[in-house]
Amino acid sequence: MAPPQAPSPTLLRVERMSMRFGGLTAVDDLSFDVRRGDITALIGPNGAGKTTVFNCITGFYKPTSGRISMAPDGAIDSAALDALTRSGARGGEGLHLLERMPDHEIARDARVARTFQNIRLFAGMTALENLIVAQHRPLMRASAFSLAGLIGAPSYRAAEQAARDKARDWLDRIGLTARADDPAGALPYGDQRRLEIARAMCADPVLLCLDEPAAGLNPRESAELNALLRSIRDDGTSLLLIEHDMSVVMEISDHVVVLDYGRKIADGAPAEIRADPSVIAAYLGVPDEEVAAVEQEIGA
Amino acid sequence: MAETSSVRAALADAARYGLIAGALAFPILALRVEPDFSNKLVLETRWSWMLGAAIAAFVIRLVLALAPARAARRTLATAVDAPSAGGKTATRAIAAFGLGLIVAWPLIVLFTFGPAGALKWIDNYGVQILIYVMLGWGLNIVVGLAGLLDLGYVAFYAVGAYAYALLATNYGVSFWLCLPLAGILAAFWGILLGFPVLRLRGDYLAIVTLAFGEIIRIVLVNFSALTNGDAGIASIPRVTFFGLPFIAGPKGFAAYFDIPFSPIHRVVFLYYLILALALVTSLVTLRLRRLPIGRAWEALREDEIACRSLGLDTTKIKLTAFALGAMFGGFAGAFFAVRQGFVSPSSFNFVESATILAIVVLGGRGSQIGVAAAAIAIVGGSELLRELDFLKQIFGDGFDPTQYRMLLVGLAMVVMMNWRPRGFVSSRTPTIFLGERKTIAADLVQEGRG
Repeated sequence: MAPPQAPSPTLLRVERMSMRFGGLTAVDDLSFDVRRGDITALIGPNGAGKTTVFNCITGFYKPTSGRISMAPDGAIDSAALDALTRSGARGGEGLHLLERMPDHEIARDARVARTFQNIRLFAGMTALENLIVAQHRPLMRASAFSLAGLIGAPSYRAAEQAARDKARDWLDRIGLTARADDPAGALPYGDQRRLEIARAMCADPVLLCLDEPAAGLNPRESAELNALLRSIRDDGTSLLLIEHDMSVVMEISDHVVVLDYGRKIADGAPAEIRADPSVIAAYLGVPDEEVAAVEQEIGA
Repeated sequence: MAETSSVRAALADAARYGLIAGALAFPILALRVEPDFSNKLVLETRWSWMLGAAIAAFVIRLVLALAPARAARRTLATAVDAPSAGGKTATRAIAAFGLGLIVAWPLIVLFTFGPAGALKWIDNYGVQILIYVMLGWGLNIVVGLAGLLDLGYVAFYAVGAYAYALLATNYGVSFWLCLPLAGILAAFWGILLGFPVLRLRGDYLAIVTLAFGEIIRIVLVNFSALTNGDAGIASIPRVTFFGLPFIAGPKGFAAYFDIPFSPIHRVVFLYYLILALALVTSLVTLRLRRLPIGRAWEALREDEIACRSLGLDTTKIKLTAFALGAMFGGFAGAFFAVRQGFVSPSSFNFVESATILAIVVLGGRGSQIGVAAAAIAIVGGSELLRELDFLKQIFGDGFDPTQYRMLLVGLAMVVMMNWRPRGFVSSRTPTIFLGERKTIAADLVQEGRG
């Protein structure tokens, strides 16, 4: 499945990132890469700091230290990255430093979209409206900051029609066309999960971050989700996902990063991760002495 | 069988309440100590009052106890026929009829009461209500759509009023030029208020906006050099018919159109002016709701964090909501100044803000028709209390119905809390649809937490 050629260019790079809340270190000196065209999974036991990593990447938290860089259009070039870091700017020439940007700019300019562990749809708006709101930026530009929209200019009408078509395509893809005009809050749980993914995709991201997309889904819905995520990747959007469901992780991800107590304990292809003793130890919960023994054995 | 036993139980229950009410009324109502002419205290007894209280409690309790059966039937019925298409056309017909009535109101009143009698009905029941309808619609942008609780809306009303008052008296700028200026100035102050409160939510936002409203009023009181303090600004130029003043002389409106002069001309013109302003407010709001900016306001009310995750700049969205809401408040303020010919800080106290907010909440946040209905109910209702002079014949000369205004407003609030906690019109209409437009039930729509 995965392309056997040379590794694809790096899209997102997290370097030596730490996040401390008072005395608690939630993420400790974490570094990893997300490559273009990959599904990268971030896994780990409860409380390992996965959601904190997400919040740092998407700008909802500012990391205590470290660098997060994103190249939405090309690949991360180390020399250009260092020059940008020294310049003190937030970004430029297709390179963005996410730790310097506010959350909405990360979504807008660095083109990182996300979903939430506890679904955050606009419950009182219809499924269709949810998808239209996600296309705020192109629509806002077409409405010339509401002036062309107020007088009903044809250019705005065309833009709105395009937005509606895009939303309809996504509703077709997630199988919710029949419920397009129902309020999002009234949809069943599984539908809400898929709608949230579709909404994030309507914001036109290069990297889609999913926080436990399979949580609470039954096996059939879970299989449908896998197919949806694969099709999103095949259409050119890279994915970074947090997941507990190992069947999802092992089946669809190209690259897995394992966290435990805020540290990276493993990083590699799913097959390697499955065989990694430290991962097994972290997940199965061996006694502390044995962990020490295992860690010594693997040189951690 | 069950029927009679439930009635018997209700009777017993009502009797108990009647007894309790009577017992409570004994010290409060039945006994009264009054000084007589020689300043000696005399104990009076009013057994009829006590009896009245007991009977009232008995009757009310009995009605309430027997009502639930009926109420249960009613909820069942509405649940079944609520989404019918017939209801939708009926609502539309009612809205069209209401609009027609509002447009024709001055003419209807003129024909019914004649020029002299109609003045009160157009001014107090027309212009006064429409000002509050407009203010309610303006505040609805901030509170109803964007979900930002604003307790200081009257500040923008004051800015608009003083903008016209100062520009017209000091520089002789005409009303038609001042109107947009007042709106722009108020919008500017709206943005100024917006900046410090961007990070605040809920209660904190409410407190800061409340303080802002008070600051504006206190500045108006104390900056005497500019605003003339508590005395206010008098003899503000009155409204003209596009340059033709409403005066009796040969240069006036009446002479130009060759009709006999009457003070009613100005009032009718003011009525249609505020009607036009209010309708513009409503149309712009309805239009904006269907544009990206309006959808962003509603999305902000639904979930601010989700908005940010989609790349929406919540700072700009909040500021535009504050600015637009303030702008319409400024228009209304300029109209207020040109109508009264006099402005003073006492017109812009907190009670005004509270009244406007009560109109929005009572009407249903986000609903245009609901807010208009609530403005008619609250403002028109308190005007109606002035008409109840005949009650003096029942309760004696000292009885003044207007004194009970706040009591009735409070009572109305309690009734609304129980009956429709989300206002008259609480459902939401989607702004775009694929198949059919279905209204969204109130319990799904968020109220916003600032």
